[in-house]
Order: sequence, then C-alpha cells, then structure tokens
Amino acid sequence: MKTVNIMIVGVGGQGSLLASKLLGRLLVDEGYDVKVSEVHGMSQRGGSVVTYVRYGDRVYSPLITEGEADYIVSFEKLEAARWATCLKPGGTVIVNTQQIDPMPVIIGKATYPSDILDELRAKGVEVEEVDALSTALEAGSAKAVNIVLMARLAKRLDIPREKWIEAIGKSVAPKFVEMNEKAFALGYDK
Amino acid sequence: MKTLMIGNEAVARGLYDGGIGLVSSYPGTPSTEITEFLAEYDGLHSEWAPNEKVALEVAFGASLAGVRSACAMKHVGLNVAADPLFTLSYTGVNGGLVICVADDPAMHSSQNEQDSRRYAIASKVPMLEPSDSAEAYEFSRAAFELSEKYDTPVLLRMCTRVAHSRSIVEPGEREVPEKKKYVKNPEKYVMMPAYAKRRHPIVEDRTKALAEFSENCPFNRVEMGGTDIGIITSGTSYNYVKEVLGDSVSVLKIGMTNPLPDKMILDFASKVKKLYVVEELEPVIEERCRIIGLDPIGKSLFPMIGEFSQKTISAAFGIEDAPTVRADTEAPARPPMMCPGCPHRGIYYVLAKKKITVLGDIGCYTLGAQPPLCAVDTTLCMGASVSGTHGFLKASAPDAAKRTVAVIGDSTFIHSGVTGLINVAYNGSPSTVVILDNSITGMTGHQQNPTTGYNIKGDPASKVDLEALCRAVGINRVRVVDPYDLDECERVLTEELEADEPSVVISRRPCVLLKYVKAASPLAVDREKCRSCKRCMGLGCPAISFTDGKASIDATLCVGCGVCGRLCPFDAIGGKGETK
Repeated sequence: MKTVNIMIVGVGGQGSLLASKLLGRLLVDEGYDVKVSEVHGMSQRGGSVVTYVRYGDRVYSPLITEGEADYIVSFEKLEAARWATCLKPGGTVIVNTQQIDPMPVIIGKATYPSDILDELRAKGVEVEEVDALSTALEAGSAKAVNIVLMARLAKRLDIPREKWIEAIGKSVAPKFVEMNEKAFALGYDK
Repeated sequence: MKTLMIGNEAVARGLYDGGIGLVSSYPGTPSTEITEFLAEYDGLHSEWAPNEKVALEVAFGASLAGVRSACAMKHVGLNVAADPLFTLSYTGVNGGLVICVADDPAMHSSQNEQDSRRYAIASKVPMLEPSDSAEAYEFSRAAFELSEKYDTPVLLRMCTRVAHSRSIVEPGEREVPEKKKYVKNPEKYVMMPAYAKRRHPIVEDRTKALAEFSENCPFNRVEMGGTDIGIITSGTSYNYVKEVLGDSVSVLKIGMTNPLPDKMILDFASKVKKLYVVEELEPVIEERCRIIGLDPIGKSLFPMIGEFSQKTISAAFGIEDAPTVRADTEAPARPPMMCPGCPHRGIYYVLAKKKITVLGDIGCYTLGAQPPLCAVDTTLCMGASVSGTHGFLKASAPDAAKRTVAVIGDSTFIHSGVTGLINVAYNGSPSTVVILDNSITGMTGHQQNPTTGYNIKGDPASKVDLEALCRAVGINRVRVVDPYDLDECERVLTEELEADEPSVVISRRPCVLLKYVKAASPLAVDREKCRSCKRCMGLGCPAISFTDGKASIDATLCVGCGVCGRLCPFDAIGGKGETK
C-alpha cells in the first residue's frame, strides 16, 4: 500500500500529543509500519505545533513535507492554513473552529485572516469544519477536543470503529475512558 | 511485543535491558525523556543532578563501583560535562558507562546547532548513532558491553527527529551482569601527570582497536542497490535517503560514527560510480573520507545549517517537487510565548517599564525577549546572566548598576548561576540578580530540582534554601517578592537597583502549569469601563486580545492571575469571564 500521511497541528498545550499517541498505537495494532514525529520543548509554550503520523508497509522518514499530506487535522483555524502547503492536491482538512490569536495579532502587528478556510476551499481543498469544543463540552470536558477530532478522522480512515474505542481505552487514564469514549461517539455520529 | 516508542523511551528501555544500575542527568530538550522513562523502572537508582558535569561524575562513580551507569543530556549539556568526559577517556571505566547526548538540528528548543560528533573525535570516545527507535534500543543496550570490552565511556548520539519520533520497537528482557569488584588502581584512575602520561598511549591503542571493531560492527552496514550513486549516511538522514531514493542507490549506513570504518568506506566507494555523503550539520564523515583519499560530494550540495527532510534529498538529486496547495494569505507567525498566568510575566513587565538592561538565561523566561515585552538583552548559556552582569558592570560607568539586572530561573541558578553569584560577592560588583523561582524546571517539561523539595520519583527530598544560600555566599541584601504584585516588584527592584552592594531578588510563585496550582476563575473585561488604553495588552498575555475596539479576555485561556486587573487604570477587568 501507499504510505498514508496525516498531520495533527495546533497550538502548544491543546493536547495534540495525546491524539498522535492514540493514532500511532492504533495503527501499530493494525499491523502497519508507523512513524510519528513530535516536537517537545519550547514550541509547546503556545507556539505552532505539528505532529506527523505516517503509516504503510514500510515507512522511513518521520516527517511530512510539502505536497505529501493526505489529511491535516487542525485544532485551530489559522494552523490549518499555515500547514496547508503540506497537503496533497485533493487532500482533506479537518479543522476545529476554535480561533486562538497568535501574539503578533494580539499586539496588533498582524491580523487574523478571517476567511482563510474559504481560501483553501477555493483551491480545491476539502475542508470539514468541526465545533469540537462544543462536542467535547457535551461529553464532559473541553480537554476531549482531541478525541472529537480523532473521531472525525476515524470516519475517513479504513479502520473499524471498535478498534478506535479499544485504542482509547489503552491510551487515556482509566477515570477518563468513559468521557473520552462518549466524546468519540458524539464526534463520530455527528 | 511490538510497541511504538519515542526514541528516548527506546534508549531508556535499551539501557534498562542492558543492565543499568544508575542514571544521573540534567534535563534538556531533546534528551529529557531518557531519564524520565528510566525513573519509571525499579531496580536502578535514578536522579536529577544539578548539572551535566555533576551527572557524568556521578555516573563515573557508579561505574567505578562496578555498576553499569548512564547519563543523558542535550548537546550543550555536553559542553558542561566536557571536563570529566575528556579525562574519563583516559581512566576508562569499570562498569559500563554510556553518555547519551541529543543534538537539536534546526534548534527547535536550543541556542545553537553544535554537532556532538566533534566531541567524540576530540575526546577519543566511541560514538553510536541510531536512526530510529529500534536502533535506539539495540544500540543503547549494546553500548554497555562495548564500554566494558574497550574500557571506555561510550557516547550515544541522538537528534531531535530520532529522540522525539515514535517507531516500532520489540524490546527483550533485562539482563543485569554481576556487579564488578572495585579494585584500587591509582595508575588507572588518578590522572596526575605521571599516570596520565601512561594512559594516553592506551587511549591511542584503544582507538586503533575500536577502528578495527568499527569495520566489523553490525551497526555499520552496506545496502547495495543501483551502483551509479553511492551514499554514506547516518542518523535520521538515512531515513530521508531511503524514503526518496529507495533501492535505486547503494547506501553505507553508519551506526558507529566514531571511529569510522575506513576500509568499509573505501570498499564501498570502489563499488559505486559517484560518492555522496548525506549528514546533518557538520561534515564529519565527509572530512574522514577526504583524509582517506576520497572526494565525495557532501556539503557542497547539502546544507550545513538546519535539519534535513526528504525534501533535502529530492532537491539535491533534482527530483521534482510534488504539487501543493498554498493559501494566498500568509498565516501570521505563532511564536511560543509565556503562558497565561506565567509568574515570569509580572517581573518582565516591571523591568521593561523601567527600561532595565536584562542579561537573561536559559529557560521559559527567555520568551520575555519577544514582543511586546522585549525585556531581555542577552541569552548565552546556563548561568551566564549572573557572571555576565558582573563583567558588564565592571566595564561600565558606576550608575549602570542602577539600570542592569541578571534574570535566572531556580533550576538554572543551581545548575551554574550560584558560581557566578559567588564571583559577584567575592569580586564585588553591585549586581542585582533576580531569581525567578517557579518551583520547577519549566521549559523541559516540569522536572524536579534541588530547590523544589522533591526528587525525580516525586518523593520528598532535601530542599535548597535559596535565601540562605545567597546570604552564605556573601550577599547581604536578599528580598523575596510575589511577581503577581506589580507594585511590590517595582518598589523592591527599584530599591535593590539603587543599592551600592550586590543584591538578590527572589521572585517566587509556582509555574501555573503545575498540577497543584489551581487556576482562579477567569476574568472578563467590562466593556463599559474599558477606555481602550491598551495598557493590559502590554503584558503580552495570550488570553487578552483587542476586539471591536475594546480589550477582551478569552476565558478558555485565562487562569485568573489578576495581573492585568492590577494594571488597568479604569478598574475594567474583574469578575467572571465566559467561554468565548
């Protein structure tokens, strides 16, 4: 099979590391060769963060570069646009509708581009907007935004739903399993 | 069982299965998780040391006692540990000793791009360099045996993309060799000139023996493919070469970076038409090729700066870029910044307001250099704020002391700021040193340190009394402030800057990301009262933005620290915010 490339992007502190851990574990259990690349350290302090997840028969590079991503799952609108250059033509963006202003916008040195998702659509990108925060709150915690977004990705990947549920059970602390399973169900069935 | 591990976890597991009995480290991205994962295992002693030099010396002590030991550090940490490293090369080891060093090409979280392979060559210590987590496991596990067989410490070189990438590992079982006996042997371990002179030839002979080993080391391997192009590569670069070129080229994959296998390289070169060396940062392999008479294409084609990716390889070999999507609007940059409620913000606000020259240090608080605070003048290395300020004042007009401070975190102060402070007292400069005591090592992801009162396992431990320590080294003026209280900070800083003798101001409040720190309810802006003066915006708090002509607070980000409220001249900030 051809290697599938997924990027998980967002703002440091939003919980993208758990999402990539969950996805990675699931893909290994499914028998794929997997590489996941994360960035720890300084950019976790509110900076733009990106995690690469690649799976297939044999994966060498842990990175995804321009024109290679099949899916971008973004925790924040502007970050979806920032990393869109990594998309393949015909690639898909799943984006949480949350807006977090970066410092240059906060201090008035730049403006937050309001119609940036439409711009991507005009370029032929399939953009799925998800109000993941509302769904997460419905499930019981704003922290479940990552699971809601993973559920939307799950709809598009060829892995049975119950395998995702299994992987959630293995990836989160026992007391949060129920809440995260609910978030996954709400996200998946939207 | 197949598991997905980040490279650092694989190193930890490899060292564990290899029989490690002690690990001592100082945290540093991208090396930190090696020690954190080791601390989760039983059957060995793990600890955070005050700095990398101490860590390596502790590991040496354990090795001397006959136990397999290790330490982990980032590339610049090896500068600090270089002193013991170079002489450990002479003494050799008793129990196996592994030094894990993680480079950070592209400086994701570092102040320079130094290449640790240069240290291996300079100190004549063998170096292994894995490409993924499976190799990280295998190499770390094997490193102990190598260390004992050749009586030398072994360097294990990681880089960000190996340390922080997850790939599949199939770990084995832990095997702990019998503890070796410590036998007194001054000629081996007392490195005074007479004995050291006898050790040096042993080091040179060992290097020759290691070079022979490298020729047959399974970590160096040839993967023959097309013979028009032959590529010598190592570490993460190997992944990019294989990703782009696959079997269309032949590859000499180097896993033992020092000493390099000269015969293997010459033999490989003879089998291919055109020879390339693909390596991040310094031309280490390329230079060796030139020494042995080859003329490969290396840094004339591949960058010396930053990290590689598959793009680097395709660009170099003229492979066309994949078509891509580009939005017309440029996305504004999103630099990292201090968190909402960060206790460092208050101090920086006051320093920026007073237009103070700030010699900074290494930690989250380096982020105070960015707009809008722009409060930091220098960042050099761990501890340089304190010693640098002393030198700056000695070379400046006397009144400069009223406009200059050193700013350093609690962990960094213990790492190497305290020696600078001793110098301030001893050689007498009216320096003002601000210790940002947030009760944790922050930037690297919350490690305990000697000032927190807890050890690496989270158990209670002896706690440095910072005030008493500063007084003991000869600082008579030691003050403590709450960085959320801007008025107090300004008053105390002004007094201490005016003082004609050295002083220390401890800004004390725990990092807001610590679990035990409970966030207050978020604040909100009363739009009626807000006069749009933008004073609160000067704090550079990510939770505060300016919308529809008025300040507004994002309740999902705000932790209710109240610093902006204290700043507002119109009392417009308070109450309970609502989720945006």
